[in-house]
Amino acid sequence: MSQNVICSINDLVANSGVCALINDEQVALFYLPNTEQKVYALANWDPLGKANVISRGMIGNIGEELVVASPLYKQHFSLTSGHCLEEEVSLRTYDVAIEGDFVVFNETVS
Amino acid sequence: MHPIQFLEDGVLKVGTLCAYSYLGRPHSFSIGNGLFSSNSSDVYFLTAAAASAAVLFFMVYDMKVVVVGNGMVGHHYVETLVKSDINADITIIGGETRPAYDRVHLSEVFDGKEPEDLAMCTRQQYKDWGVKAHFGDFVSKINRDAKHVVTEGGRTFDYDKLVLATGSYPFIPPIPGKELPHCLAYRTIDDLGEIKASAKGKKVGVVVGGGLLGLECANALKNLGLEAHVVEFAPGLMGVQLDEGGSNMLRRKIEALGVKVHTSKATQKIVEGDQHRLKMAFADESELETDMIVFSAGIRPYDQLARDADLKVGDRGGIEIDYQCKTSDENIFAIGECAVLGNFIYGLVAPGYRMAEAAVSQLNKSSDDKESFTGADMSTKLKLLGVEVGSIGDSKGMADESRAFVFSDERSDVYKRLNVSADGKKVLGATLVGDTADYDTLLQYYLNDIDLPNDPESLILPASDGEKPALGADALPLAATICSCHNVSKGDIIDSIDGGCVSVADVKGCTKAATGCGGCAALLKNVVDAELNARGVEVNTDICEHFEHTRQELFTIAQATQTKTFDEMIERHGKGMGCDICKPAVASIMASLWNEHVLDSDLVPLQDTNDTFMANMQKDGTYSVVPRVPGGEILPEQLIALGEVAKKYGLYSKITGGQRVDLFGAKMNDLPDIWKELIDAGMETGHAYAKSLRTVKSCVGSTWCRYGVQDSVGQAIDLENRYKGLRTPHKLKMAVSGCTRECAEAQSKDVGVIATENGWNLYVSGNGGMKPRHADLFATDLDTETLLKYIDRFLMFYVRTADRLQRTSVWLENLEGGLDYLREVIIDDSLGICDELETQMQHVVDTYQCEWKTAINDQEKLKRFRQFVNADKDDENVVFVEERGQIRPATEAEKKRSQFKAVG
Repeated sequence: MSQNVICSINDLVANSGVCALINDEQVALFYLPNTEQKVYALANWDPLGKANVISRGMIGNIGEELVVASPLYKQHFSLTSGHCLEEEVSLRTYDVAIEGDFVVFNETVS
Repeated sequence: MHPIQFLEDGVLKVGTLCAYSYLGRPHSFSIGNGLFSSNSSDVYFLTAAAASAAVLFFMVYDMKVVVVGNGMVGHHYVETLVKSDINADITIIGGETRPAYDRVHLSEVFDGKEPEDLAMCTRQQYKDWGVKAHFGDFVSKINRDAKHVVTEGGRTFDYDKLVLATGSYPFIPPIPGKELPHCLAYRTIDDLGEIKASAKGKKVGVVVGGGLLGLECANALKNLGLEAHVVEFAPGLMGVQLDEGGSNMLRRKIEALGVKVHTSKATQKIVEGDQHRLKMAFADESELETDMIVFSAGIRPYDQLARDADLKVGDRGGIEIDYQCKTSDENIFAIGECAVLGNFIYGLVAPGYRMAEAAVSQLNKSSDDKESFTGADMSTKLKLLGVEVGSIGDSKGMADESRAFVFSDERSDVYKRLNVSADGKKVLGATLVGDTADYDTLLQYYLNDIDLPNDPESLILPASDGEKPALGADALPLAATICSCHNVSKGDIIDSIDGGCVSVADVKGCTKAATGCGGCAALLKNVVDAELNARGVEVNTDICEHFEHTRQELFTIAQATQTKTFDEMIERHGKGMGCDICKPAVASIMASLWNEHVLDSDLVPLQDTNDTFMANMQKDGTYSVVPRVPGGEILPEQLIALGEVAKKYGLYSKITGGQRVDLFGAKMNDLPDIWKELIDAGMETGHAYAKSLRTVKSCVGSTWCRYGVQDSVGQAIDLENRYKGLRTPHKLKMAVSGCTRECAEAQSKDVGVIATENGWNLYVSGNGGMKPRHADLFATDLDTETLLKYIDRFLMFYVRTADRLQRTSVWLENLEGGLDYLREVIIDDSLGICDELETQMQHVVDTYQCEWKTAINDQEKLKRFRQFVNADKDDENVVFVEERGQIRPATEAEKKRSQFKAVG
């Protein structure tokens, strides 16, 4: 496993999302300072709206699930699993964490 | 129901079904040299020759029906017949030159409405229905043996069934001098024109007759700026409906409004005046000078046609009918005000409609489908010169066994009388003046013969402690009429709920209940709530799972507790983290109340993406940019700047419906630079991305236009600059027109302003879009100061009380009490909140900032305008192709095609 620094914690916006490039893939990073995991990463591509916009969605909870709502057609995706609550689609999730002042990506090397 | 309908220019339209059954192969058929075309459901023949050929084939009606008189009732008869299963060839002949109009609201023409606004039908509508309609020609003769009618114009119409809906004419007492110029009647739209012309530049007007119509007419004269007098022969006003106490109270109230009332006055003669045009001399030797006289001393049925044809007429006039609305000739019906049933003339529109429906039903073959008209309730509730008056059943207590409760309050000018049976069990009638809040309840007791509570007086007494005994919706029988305008019973409402309606708004849409005068709105809500409750349907009005409150409650909480952040709101009054429903709703409330920058760190997570990036996200994730162009007025330099920005950043340009320019295809990371250039050119944000004021559209107004009477552009700019930046439950649109030609289409806006010679007419709650709604005329001839005051109050009251994403049109439709209530709140300050509403609005106005100007000078706020936090690249999925010289997003197929050539 290797660890790559993505950005500084100052690049994040609390309780909202930004977008980063990881290995040329667009990844939406969500920073929820009041949760245990604090930072969540999902693919930025909205398979329903067909645009790179997930990082610009609004976050919240539906029941027990932490979710982001797509800014295009408002479907909800789980921040932890990537599953869509309304349709049969999923977003890829990425293993990210906060290390000191940085956001890091834990890449499994095969 | 008509297999064949005439369109414009003799083109004949044949229903598809019919074409199939008679023609066999519609897609390859032609007649003579006729062209033939077919679209999905209709088939058109395009020449007269073809038309006449087709007529021979298809004109198979069961009977010819001729309707004489195109008033409200005659029109209702035709509409009912057209919509029935009866196959009739219908002809309607109207003496007036225009199709049927709403005579009940005639006086509103003096209030700013155009005659067209009152129209109930158009010539085109009749054409579309396949009804032959003739206007401006009176029927002069019925030939019963030949079964035809003859008009003054010499035309003859054959009938199988004849329907007389000739209405009535104003009674003009036989006073010497009544034929002098400026002695007028009040009955038709044409009469109104004469009254208006006669009043022009004059000071005094007299109405002869203190009944319902007379008082309406007095109001009209007052609105025309005349000193209005009412002269009544009887000792009191509205003697038919009101007892002495009620009549006296009405008089007090009307006199307080500046109308002079003269009762027990018998006019002896009318002669030329000394100071004014005319002089009236009364039996008591007093005199009154006036510039015009309008007679409104009752109506008489138009029955001459029937008399000449030897049909039976009543002792005091009117064509005699039976319960089937048949006259003494079984092929002739009479309906509405020209008919008399059991010596009684039903001079209201609702009974007229019921007669029309009963008369139509007689044309059914099966006797099961035939309805009777056996009489109707004549109770009424109305507003005369702004005074509420109600009369139910035996309002004066004439019956021997009648016992009365009377309540009179001379401080608030309220009078109520309740007549009950001797045993105190039943309502016999009631009179209400100055306050008709009890009308609906009393009427239900009366109509449904419901037993009264032990102390019936509590029904009309002001509630001193606790509530009045409410009449539960459960107590009403299924047949109880809830909405008398549209004849909707409690049973109809329950049927609509069976059919899937789950709210008052659903039921309104489905049954039309409460969409006429709106007087039954509160009762309707009771019935719907009770029924839904009984079915265990819990009406959940919570905004979402995080707050057990409505938006309105959240607003009140935030205001009362001075809460400024979402975290505090959800911690104290909700649960969880919030969601994409409650967050923007709270953000909007915070913005309306405190007006802080939307990108402040604790507000930005609450914003929808459009507010976050202060631009409108398009399908491919790029944004569009719309600077404000107040009133649609723009400097050439700014137009050039817009063009230069569009060229520099490769943006697609389009003019919007709100008189501004939309630039599409902007990348998120270009937005700050684009705005810096626009701001340098003197422009500011247009809030196209926000639930807030979008535009105030205007015509060029009196500055340039030959017809304009006020400076509509100036007014629009002032309004736009005043309300720009105000966050509201949903978007807001306004418009200002410089004259009644209404080129700015103000009546389709949330707030519409139309110039008059004396100031501004204010319209509210209009809407275009998916569910168009004509705006309601709210107030007339306002000066600019009052106009702004009313708009301030209107908007803030809407901000306070609307649901999330509820436009002003739907909000008003759902507002209990409707337009009248809204006027009471905003004009009469019935809730005592107007000062507060104005202060709140002034705060928003004073704290306005161009959000983009603030943002481009704040690095922290610009932090998010980066495509990637860790790379300086563009989104590769954003691809444009060229079309008509500009960019557009590439389709998925175009993106896949490797050979495609990308632009920019």
